[in-house]
Amino acid sequence: MLNYLLRRVALAAVVLFGLLVATFFIIHLVPGDPVRIVLAGRATPATIARVHHQLALDRPLWTQFSLYVSHTMRGNFGTSFTLDSPVAQIIGQRLGPSAALIGYGMLLSLLIGVPLAIVAALRPNSWLDNVVRLGTTLTFALPGFWLGLMLALVFGLKLRWLPVSGYSPGVVGILRTLTLPALALGLALAGVVVRTLRSSLLEVLQSEHIEATRSRGFSELRVVGKHAMRNSAMNTLTILSVNIGFLIGGTVVLEQVFQIPGLGSLLVGAVEKRDYQLVQALTLLAGAAVVLASLATDVVQALLDPRVKLDGR
Amino acid sequence: MSTIDVLDQQPPATDAAGPRARLRGLHGLSREARIGAGILVVLFLAGVLAPLIAPYGQNQLDFTNVYKAPSLSHFMGTDGAGRDVFSRTLYALRLDLGIVVLVTYPPLVVGVLIGAVAGYFGGIFDAISARIVDTMIAFPFMVLIIAVIAIVGPGVKGILIGVPIVGWALYARLARSEMLVLREQPFMLATIALGYTTRRTILRHAVPNLMRSSLIYSTLDMVVNLLLLSGLAYLGLGAQPPSAELGSIIADGQSALLTAWWVATLPGLVVVLFGIGALLLGDGLSDGRLRGPLP
Repeated sequence: MLNYLLRRVALAAVVLFGLLVATFFIIHLVPGDPVRIVLAGRATPATIARVHHQLALDRPLWTQFSLYVSHTMRGNFGTSFTLDSPVAQIIGQRLGPSAALIGYGMLLSLLIGVPLAIVAALRPNSWLDNVVRLGTTLTFALPGFWLGLMLALVFGLKLRWLPVSGYSPGVVGILRTLTLPALALGLALAGVVVRTLRSSLLEVLQSEHIEATRSRGFSELRVVGKHAMRNSAMNTLTILSVNIGFLIGGTVVLEQVFQIPGLGSLLVGAVEKRDYQLVQALTLLAGAAVVLASLATDVVQALLDPRVKLDGR
Repeated sequence: MSTIDVLDQQPPATDAAGPRARLRGLHGLSREARIGAGILVVLFLAGVLAPLIAPYGQNQLDFTNVYKAPSLSHFMGTDGAGRDVFSRTLYALRLDLGIVVLVTYPPLVVGVLIGAVAGYFGGIFDAISARIVDTMIAFPFMVLIIAVIAIVGPGVKGILIGVPIVGWALYARLARSEMLVLREQPFMLATIALGYTTRRTILRHAVPNLMRSSLIYSTLDMVVNLLLLSGLAYLGLGAQPPSAELGSIIADGQSALLTAWWVATLPGLVVVLFGIGALLLGDGLSDGRLRGPLP
């Protein structure tokens, strides 16, 4: 067990290091001099030299990289070119809305996806199953931002149930401001949840212990909903964790649609203003979130599921 | 079964007939796949023929006809500058589908080759490429492309560079897992007995058999790429004005969502239609109703 966990953590560390290397080069791959581009016309050669020195761009590449790594480890992501305050502080202020949106989106995808998957698995190849299948196909074809706009048009502008832009914290505020974007985000994921969970349930339903449960005379709903679900729950968790990258990408666009002051809109603004430090930190953060989520899922799975063979992996 | 599930599956055993035998299978397409293929053909034709069939120019301004609702003279209405949304959509489709093909199929070829080599030889190359593939697949695609765009500047260039960086990875994973099964097949073993070079074995005998599932998956990949592309264009990071993309037309329409719903709604429906067409085709093909040498 410990062996497995250590190997899993080591693997995550390797990938994180790869991420550090990749994001380090963002600023170096910019054609021309990034400082000149950012400061545009309003800089004297002296200022440019000062900023170069500040960013350590005048030091050897290797020194720059070790500085970058040691700063990042200590949570120092540098200073934003355009907003003139520490990147870590800016990100801290914007993290809340994005995290809330992702969490809410996941929750909605489960609330929509799990019942539909159970219904579909109860009667495979029935008309209901086919309707669910068509519906999930449709969700894969919907552009998230366009779906968001349509939801805003119908439920915000026409029916006036919910606001179409902005963000307010707190449970009530989140329910009011994030329901529409979270729905747009969660629907696409719900399609994935339904497909995976349905096929996983159908597979579990073939197994002997389900046969035994059936022979005890429990209702089919209880067999599927309770006994088969227990075996498929971990699959669903894995699906959510695999798709966290997709969710992050979705929030980037949806935050723009609904004018939510989160990390996504920060990233888009940073690209427009060519704030490389900010782009670098946000890219690293997004990648790290994915790596850590998959690590956490594997660890939870190893701890909870006795069937995971720990030494063989 | 669907394109979505292709990646989770055990690779099916593969038949030994050559790639040419596939041609006769086209008549065996399921109804689903034929409808999907029909939708795609219509949309691709609309894009290719845009300059011929668009009733107005893509940036033809007409300030006497601002925000006109859909009618016979403007199928999709007009936008805030009196531009015909239908014509703009056709030109946008032309640009977007062109980019989608460019960022889907070259990475498919590269990915299949890498996967084939990794699966055939195994060993250290396999281990390293598997790690890279895992990282690529898990990384938030949208964020990575935006980082590339931050480097090279907004426009089509960033997309043409950024998407293929990630795009090959899924095909490599698919081809690798199929190669593991394929290399044990009698006809593959026969190539060794016949003294063929490894290069000939992989390129002429294995790759044609590996292509099938990758080509099926590519229908889903096209949808993912079109959604990504329109998302980026919506953010203003795609093709720069005056070129129109489906996403940028939708973004233009957002400010007048209530008064002129058609500007944002109808181009989005075109994206959805493409997605449905491609997914139907992929679903139909993977149902195994395609007659021919492959399962």
